[in-house]
Amino acid sequence: MTDCTDIAKRDAWHPKLLVPPSFAPGSFALGCVRRHRIGAELWVHLVDHPYVARACATRLALAILPLLVLSACSSSGRAAGSFEPGEELPGGETTNTLLLGENAFIRPASNIAEENEPLFFSGNSFFNQPWVQAPASTESRDGLGPLFNARSCAACHFRDGRGRPPLEPEEPFLGLLLRLSIDGQSEHDVDQPERDVDALGHGQPIAEPSYGLQLQPFSVADVPAEARPEVHYQEIHGTYADGEPYTLLDPTYTISDLSYGPMHEDLRLSPRVAPAVVGLGLLEAIDQVALLELEDSEDVDGDGISGRANWVWDVVQQTWSLGRFGWKAEQPTVRQQSAAAFSGDIGITTTLFPAEGCTEAQPECDSALSGGAPELSDRLLLRVEVYTRLLAVPMRIRANDPEVLRGKQLFHDAQCASCHVPSYVTGADSDLAEVQNQRIWPYTDLLLHDMGEGLSDHRSSFAASGSEWRTPPLWGLGYIEVVNDHNRLLHDGRARGVSEAILWHGGEAQGSKEFFESMPAEDREALVAFINSL
Amino acid sequence: MFDFFTKDRPASVMMLVLGAIYSVGCSDDSSSDESSAATRAAMVETYAEIVLASYEDSLTEATAMDAALLAMTETPTAATQQAAQTAWLASREPYLQTETYRFYDGPIDNAKDGPEGLINAWPLDEAYIDYVVGDLTAGIVNDSMVTIDAATLESLNEEGGEENIATGYHAIEFLLWGQDLSETGPGARPFSDYVSGEGSTAENQDRRALYLMTVSDMLLDHLQFLVDAWDPADASAYRAEFESAESTEALRRILTGMIVLSGFETGGERLQTALDTGDQEDEHSCFSDNTHRDMIQDIQGVLNVWQGSYARLDGTTISGTGVADVVREVDSDLAQELDDQIQESLDLANALVPPFDQELVTKDGQARIQALIAALRAQENLLEEVFQMFELSIPVVE
Repeated sequence: MTDCTDIAKRDAWHPKLLVPPSFAPGSFALGCVRRHRIGAELWVHLVDHPYVARACATRLALAILPLLVLSACSSSGRAAGSFEPGEELPGGETTNTLLLGENAFIRPASNIAEENEPLFFSGNSFFNQPWVQAPASTESRDGLGPLFNARSCAACHFRDGRGRPPLEPEEPFLGLLLRLSIDGQSEHDVDQPERDVDALGHGQPIAEPSYGLQLQPFSVADVPAEARPEVHYQEIHGTYADGEPYTLLDPTYTISDLSYGPMHEDLRLSPRVAPAVVGLGLLEAIDQVALLELEDSEDVDGDGISGRANWVWDVVQQTWSLGRFGWKAEQPTVRQQSAAAFSGDIGITTTLFPAEGCTEAQPECDSALSGGAPELSDRLLLRVEVYTRLLAVPMRIRANDPEVLRGKQLFHDAQCASCHVPSYVTGADSDLAEVQNQRIWPYTDLLLHDMGEGLSDHRSSFAASGSEWRTPPLWGLGYIEVVNDHNRLLHDGRARGVSEAILWHGGEAQGSKEFFESMPAEDREALVAFINSL
Repeated sequence: MFDFFTKDRPASVMMLVLGAIYSVGCSDDSSSDESSAATRAAMVETYAEIVLASYEDSLTEATAMDAALLAMTETPTAATQQAAQTAWLASREPYLQTETYRFYDGPIDNAKDGPEGLINAWPLDEAYIDYVVGDLTAGIVNDSMVTIDAATLESLNEEGGEENIATGYHAIEFLLWGQDLSETGPGARPFSDYVSGEGSTAENQDRRALYLMTVSDMLLDHLQFLVDAWDPADASAYRAEFESAESTEALRRILTGMIVLSGFETGGERLQTALDTGDQEDEHSCFSDNTHRDMIQDIQGVLNVWQGSYARLDGTTISGTGVADVVREVDSDLAQELDDQIQESLDLANALVPPFDQELVTKDGQARIQALIAALRAQENLLEEVFQMFELSIPVVE
């Protein structure tokens, strides 16, 4: 049989293929490297041709190495603007290289350990299947509400992807929720955490007295839903330096049909879209030290970009921890983030958040039947946690495209990478071996940055002010349109695509935005193409 | 040469790009012969025929069930109830074989108007429909403020974001059997739940009958929608688009359905989860204790597509070109492995001892379920190899 690597080399330049020659070397590397199971638990990286691979497994594993080095050598010069080997696999060995398209986000980590598969699939089931009203025969799955935003995680994170705001005023809110609070923050004393062990006494927002911490537009039978939210947009017109006009949508929210009396006069409101949930275990596995090194609270380096950690309360450890998850980095772990979402969004209690969250103004909510105490056991919460931690980031299929690489250079030129920090090697401490020691490409620093008045929600949470938001990871962003059939970005989904999202950047990112505005159209397109290639 | 690299890439184009990437890597010269193109086209045609036939059969059985439900609600007796239950069990057989047509945004479950959630949603919001232990006045049946008609049920159930929780096969199942509170048998709803006046049980018998007939009507409508989507005579139907797409794209869809149903859905979400949670009623057909048939017929559906063969209700057989034939041309060993593996999965599913909820709590039963999970995972892995092999060997059209 012909040496497989020879075939590969020859075909990389085959004239019949519709691939630009400049795309070929990198694409070879990403197309061909693949896990292959040889025996129960052994996995090797192989040329991606299963039936060939089965025939010459080990030989190929060795033969591929020089070619990978070859493609590495071809990317000379600075990292920015050139192809960096491995960047086509943003999740390292966890990266999904199989089903893409609408299924791009549904796969487990490619290196998932056999013993974690049952946990992953159980978690998948509890993430996807709707919760039902108690009591029901499916005892593990009842306890919905009494007040809720959605019946399942997947209702908002559809196909493990991203939610969007309603596109018509009468459309219900799903995939977008409104956080509520009144002016101020609960006691916040970093030096004396033991002073108040109440889970809501560490600098969190103060709940709206009658409606709680978020608006829940749905309810089970016999309990009035809280209210009906609507979003309306005002168009804002602007022009790029080259004269091309653009339009942005500025949202305002109205809340009507209030079932539990008027809202507090100092109401604060923060809209939050459901983000895609891939790669969360990898983000959790980034060494805290590496992230804190990126902090520059006082902007000592004078680049106009600071970056601060959000220190938040870990309800399991009963200690202050670095916030990593949520639009304001308000949650320290995937576990706490998941439990908080079960509690606030679906009305499912856990040992982390054992209360249903009914306010004194909501007696029907308080007396509704429970699905158990807690409704989601620690055992099942662990499964959902493992599931979300091991959902794989999809491979990049245009990583070595010339336009994309030009866009990558512009991304760095515009200082986007100062906050959207491209790459890390994860630590070795995670309890999931799959996410340890992986070279990953999330494009985030997980820190808070002042994004300016235009994006401010005027609502403080822990260390985050109203105008501060966590840098969201950009990986997988190009797949959202295919997976979720929309292109809405930013914390409230106001931006229609990447360009609008960039144009909303202010505060520390004002300079980057202006740089983008001043670019010629073809440069802007290249930059957007790069971000959409992630 | 056309431009793949536009900003708005539909999934299909992305997969072609991916295909190209794989081709760049390691394509095999022997794979681009003309005969396999013909085989692939024949396979796509057979697939579409099987899809249509199995949806037609599902509609036929659901229509027969509708008649049995009507007979029961008009004359509720133990005999008419049992006849209705038998009709429900029969209606599941062809429908379950269609589940492999899911997961690729086809007519059954595309995000815009796919009726899957209305047809087969699980778990069921029992207390949203009718009384349950602990709440005898629960549900729409017992809430005279709610009008029972298709429009109302559909709109009520869209609230809260899931497509549905109170219509489809499992709603009918619940209204026929009631909650499964028995350790060993299925639910035991008395037929007198439908009797008005003397000898009646529960309340709102007429509303219960109306609810049952309403969801049965809705089921017929949704199955008709699927039959229409695969109608070869309608140039605007999904089938026309499906058959005219690149054979790579049709293959991608077909294999995606087979892969996700085998490993993710049946092996993972249904079996693995039921075993892992240990909850007796964490099974899809918990009221009727028919879950073992779900497994068998889901796997049968994958086998149908693999072999290009489907045994119709009327005794005839559709026999054409299967995915197996396309694979065999390229890698006969892999085709043989899959022949054996799918058959093994089917045998292991048939070896389950009903009721499934008892399998979950006995050591032998758990071992049988574990063996089936392993077989389905192996089946998934082999199908994934096929998936990647086709991305390699099917040339991108110039």
